[in-house]
Amino acid sequence: MSEPHAAALSARNAEPARPPHVFVRAGGAPDLPPPGLVGGPLAWAQANLFGSALSAALTLASLAFLAWALPDLVRWLLLDAVWSAPDGEACRRPGAGACWAYIGAKLEFFAYGSYPREMTWRVDLTLALGAALAVWLLWPGARRKGLGLALFFGAYPLLALYLLHGLGDYARALLGGIAALTGSATLRDVARNALPLVPTNLWGGIFVSLLVATVGIVVSLPLGVLLALGRRSKAPVARFLCVMLIEIVRGVPLITVLFMANTMLPLFVPAEWSPDRLMRPLIGVALFASVYMAEVVRGGLQAVPKGQYEGAMALGLSWTNMMRLIVLPQALTIVIPGVVNSFIALFKDTTLVAIVGIFDFLRAVDTQRLDPAWAGPTISATGYVFAAAFYFVFCFGMSRYSLMMERRLARGRRH
Amino acid sequence: MSAQALSASPDVAIEMRDVHKWYGRFHVLKGVDLDVARGERIVVCGPSGSGKSTLIRCVNRLETHQRGRILVNGLELTDDQKRIEAIRRDTGMVFQHFNLFPHLTVLENCTLSPIWTLRLPQKEAEARAMYFLERVRIPEQAHKYPLQLSGGQQQRVAIARALCMAPKVMLFDEPTSALDPEMVKEVLDTMVSLAKEGMTMICVTHEMGFAREVADRVAFIDRGEILEVDKPEAFFLRPQHERTKLFLSQILR
Repeated sequence: MSEPHAAALSARNAEPARPPHVFVRAGGAPDLPPPGLVGGPLAWAQANLFGSALSAALTLASLAFLAWALPDLVRWLLLDAVWSAPDGEACRRPGAGACWAYIGAKLEFFAYGSYPREMTWRVDLTLALGAALAVWLLWPGARRKGLGLALFFGAYPLLALYLLHGLGDYARALLGGIAALTGSATLRDVARNALPLVPTNLWGGIFVSLLVATVGIVVSLPLGVLLALGRRSKAPVARFLCVMLIEIVRGVPLITVLFMANTMLPLFVPAEWSPDRLMRPLIGVALFASVYMAEVVRGGLQAVPKGQYEGAMALGLSWTNMMRLIVLPQALTIVIPGVVNSFIALFKDTTLVAIVGIFDFLRAVDTQRLDPAWAGPTISATGYVFAAAFYFVFCFGMSRYSLMMERRLARGRRH
Repeated sequence: MSAQALSASPDVAIEMRDVHKWYGRFHVLKGVDLDVARGERIVVCGPSGSGKSTLIRCVNRLETHQRGRILVNGLELTDDQKRIEAIRRDTGMVFQHFNLFPHLTVLENCTLSPIWTLRLPQKEAEARAMYFLERVRIPEQAHKYPLQLSGGQQQRVAIARALCMAPKVMLFDEPTSALDPEMVKEVLDTMVSLAKEGMTMICVTHEMGFAREVADRVAFIDRGEILEVDKPEAFFLRPQHERTKLFLSQILR
């Protein structure tokens, strides 16, 4: 070994000039508050509105836009608006704003279409019952939801059908016949005193829009879940049928589905069994919404980890129980935003049923603006603003509700 | 059911005869024979990818074997779904990643299957769940959600959940591999106390200390075949097969 190497070795073996490598902390480190906790609106504005040059420019541009648009909007909607008037005279005056008096005068028509006025209590009762059931089911922590579900999906549709539609001559005759055969007095009374028929061509307005949307929502969630499960099933025939249905209906515009439901359904069934003219688009809308729902739910099913399936199977749960108790609750929680997105889209798509002659809310608004008694420059705009506000309130409500449910469901289940 | 009466003896919990399994073209299990007596504790070890997890997952049909026969408590595994569910009810399984249900509380995790498959009344299922949660020493966590617990606690809940089905056999698939080191012991302690009470167990694990302490036999599996099965002292002191020696030299430093 040469001299320099030996020197290096001895240098390494010598006590090095390192800091002491034993350290024991005495006492604990204190908890300090985080920096930058200075509050107040000024600090907030500085951080969020004028944080950078671009941010400041955007803030100023937005403020300028609001200053330009808001005053005219407020003037038209509120200050110059005509709140009450017997006819369109006041609204035709130059400088008049929105003609809310027209909405007030037409509200009944917007709500019920041509449904006989003396029977609109039947619509009101149906809507009130539906709303009460919906609140029961949607209220977080409400009791006995199983019973609520059974009522909503079982009894309510039949009751609603009876309330809205009443009994026609055929049904009445049939009931009367049964009553005569069995000699049942109650059945005879029912047949005699049943609610009179209101044919669907008189139905219209808000209640038809809500009906189409509710049927779509109520059918599409369970049917969509079934289609999604079918699409992921191991049985080839079931899978093939589900994939075909999903891809065909999804690959076609809703308007085409509605036209097909309107013109093709009657071709396949005998004339006396031909579905009602309102029933056809209802089937079309429900089917269309279901296939979209199926794809949303499929995304959720795929997001549930394989370990959840295995954990459930290892416990001896049957497939049905595994899906019902373990997989679907998690999958549906994951896809709440997508489900509500579909519901919102569906709610607005109900306006398309007007194309096959259904007198929905938007169509009611659209026809009434031509009423000569009210004709005027602001009538159309007022009607459409009212319609937009109606759709917005419902869609925004659904959106808020889903956000609240997401937060509720996330609570306690994460770290 | 005559097909059930194939088991040689009521003392045999699990019987595997010439079990083969392929993943696509890959031959994972190449004719495995293994008998587990009632009350016996068997530790299965082997290098990663050797097929040890696949082996025990075949016992409760999480994987399907393609040739050979598997009998669990005298019932032969077939494609009959009802029989598969019956075998699974009697066969508890603990997974590497716990597989607890995150949308249910700890208690609900434990009562779910007793209520829905054993049809126990809710009160009884809850009493049973609390008994086993006490056994794994976390009764105070019963009303929390799984993700609020530590890994070790979650795995103990998973053990309690499996025990709530009153299984005849417990399968452990690397139960400590996903745990932080300081939590391994609490889970192993639970498994040791279970073993000492006479539970029939097959454990896939790398915890050789556990194998020494509780195993009746240790099986070494490599490339889809069982190369060596022996009592733990003999297995660790006098391994016979070259690959066993190599494996032990790699994990016991």
